[in-house]
Amino acid sequence: MKHAAQESAGLIAPAKARSELMVWEALNIALDQALAADEAVFIMGEDVGLYGGSYRVTQGLYAKYGEWRVRDTPISENSFTGLGVGAALVGGRPVIEIMTVNFALLALDAIINMAAKLRYMSGGKLRVPLVVRMPGGVARQLAAQHSQRLEHTLMNVPGLRIVAPGTAQDSYWQLTQAIREDDPIIVLEHELLYFKKDPFNVHAEAPPLHSAAVRRAGAHVTLIAWHRMVDVCLQAADVLASEDDISAEVIDLRSLKPIDLPLLVASLKKTHRAIVVEEDCKFAGAGAEIVAALQEAAFYELDAPIARAAGADVPTPYNGALEAASIPNAEAVTLAARRMVGAREE
Amino acid sequence: MQRDLVRQFLYDMLLARRFEEAAAEQYTQGKVGGFLHLYPGEEAVAVGSLRAAEPGDYAVSTYREHVHALMRGVPPGAIMAEMFGRATGCSGGYGGSMHLFSAEHRFLGGYAIVGETFPVAIGVGYWLAMNRSPDVVLCFFGEGAANQGTFHESLNMAALWKLPVLFICENNHYQIGTEVHRQAAVVEVYKRGCGNGVPGRRVDGMDVLVVYEAARDAVQHVRGGNGPFLLECDTYRFRGHSMADGGDYRSALEVAELKARDPLLNLRNRALENNWISEEDIETLHQKAHAVVEEAIRFAEQGPAPEDLYYGVYRRPLNLYQGRP
Repeated sequence: MKHAAQESAGLIAPAKARSELMVWEALNIALDQALAADEAVFIMGEDVGLYGGSYRVTQGLYAKYGEWRVRDTPISENSFTGLGVGAALVGGRPVIEIMTVNFALLALDAIINMAAKLRYMSGGKLRVPLVVRMPGGVARQLAAQHSQRLEHTLMNVPGLRIVAPGTAQDSYWQLTQAIREDDPIIVLEHELLYFKKDPFNVHAEAPPLHSAAVRRAGAHVTLIAWHRMVDVCLQAADVLASEDDISAEVIDLRSLKPIDLPLLVASLKKTHRAIVVEEDCKFAGAGAEIVAALQEAAFYELDAPIARAAGADVPTPYNGALEAASIPNAEAVTLAARRMVGAREE
Repeated sequence: MQRDLVRQFLYDMLLARRFEEAAAEQYTQGKVGGFLHLYPGEEAVAVGSLRAAEPGDYAVSTYREHVHALMRGVPPGAIMAEMFGRATGCSGGYGGSMHLFSAEHRFLGGYAIVGETFPVAIGVGYWLAMNRSPDVVLCFFGEGAANQGTFHESLNMAALWKLPVLFICENNHYQIGTEVHRQAAVVEVYKRGCGNGVPGRRVDGMDVLVVYEAARDAVQHVRGGNGPFLLECDTYRFRGHSMADGGDYRSALEVAELKARDPLLNLRNRALENNWISEEDIETLHQKAHAVVEEAIRFAEQGPAPEDLYYGVYRRPLNLYQGRP
């Protein structure tokens, strides 16, 4: 009982670095270290303080740093995100948590009209060192208003940088790096990844914030993904290797703005085929930009049109089976790769 | 009332009036582009309230903000050059009339989406409170902005955390063409602060001495750690909403009545009646204001155009693909 009471009050300690961590723990360590290292850093959002964060990401930080550095807000997304913009203009390094990307739609004025534009509109004289964290993605039957992916909306905004860590290690690295940057950075998280356990080394050297990573090397087709779809691609790659003798390369994009195009092109030069696997909707989705950029950069390397396995163009349904059918799975990726690689051999 | 102060207010308002008239002339000649929202009629609000602030205090304003920038000490030439779209403008020619910024004068904009000044101001206020700074924030907004969600959201947070923010409503009675009684059930904006725990009062925004004294008291309240305050200034704009607005929705009689309450004219007459200043002194101030604005135009005309399309999108150019060739 005592433990439960403490936990509900957000008073248990922040996570400790171990060799294996869940994603939320890695984010928690990054925030704890950032708060300790720089007094300009403060956290703000709904239930980030006493409650400890709806996905536990800020657990223990309220007790450790106090209410001015870890602030519970009213349900006023546009104004508390805009508050972060104002504080960033005068020396603060706010880390704003928006409970889900769906609620960020209420804060787009602060993000798009203000954070993204103030440095430019002021002739480079103002700076907005603001981090906005928000989890998105299709989770478990949360229905249409709680399952959106907003990558495409934010990618089309000059002035924003967007990272999408999908592992515990990247979550730690990229959040730590984002807080140190002087531009507004969106850290897109995924609701289903918070409790995924990954290898973790707090001392390992971080790659550049916006670099992509090869998760599995391959020779016949490049699977490009981020967040949860990387795991889907890795499952597909296993099947393709064992059943089809197809060697798939899996790239975790890690960043959606900017995009590590050189790494993607290098992969294409090897495999000559690519599939973008994305959870967001296909029409004008993030994948559309990736495909367009790749054909501009590496058209003559291609042996087949670049394909997309993407979310269906529907508001996410509640029914579990329909929900599963609305986003790509390993089977869909396997089939797409089989079709693409097989077509050449026929 | 101190004579020096009256003299200062007269000069400030003469400069503000002349600056805006000149901006309109330059717009008509095609040298100022975009939207241009002018301040004549409302001068007492910016002058009275910002003269009650200290150099260390911050100001956040709307798209009708030239005079607020002037009162914060941003050079008239840098403001005019910005409207001319020149690199010598206070925003490098990237912002324009609606987006004046000058961090060194603690003037933080220049926001063209109605209601944005609230969250920016409470953000600055949060940072000041968190660091136990003695400085405060002056947040300007029109009565139309009180209909935005950010008004209530931000006032709630400001009161909840006792942030040092003075909200100053420039109630000019019109959100573009919609008069206040047609846009709000409660037409006195200060009353709408009360529900969010922000005390306030309404004063004659056409009288710079009244605004100054009210703002001084309000700044003292805010600086004393008592939380935010809402000062509503009942004012009027003599021109249309912007240069694109002829103002047909107001009767000539109404405009004439309000022009009879011209804050500049009224202060001038009172100052003369009370022997606070002589006709000659006023003429000197008048000529000085004209000369300063002429010099601002000259400075603006001579400024080079900004050349780097991508300057300032990010702190440093991103060295990976983001669509930039």
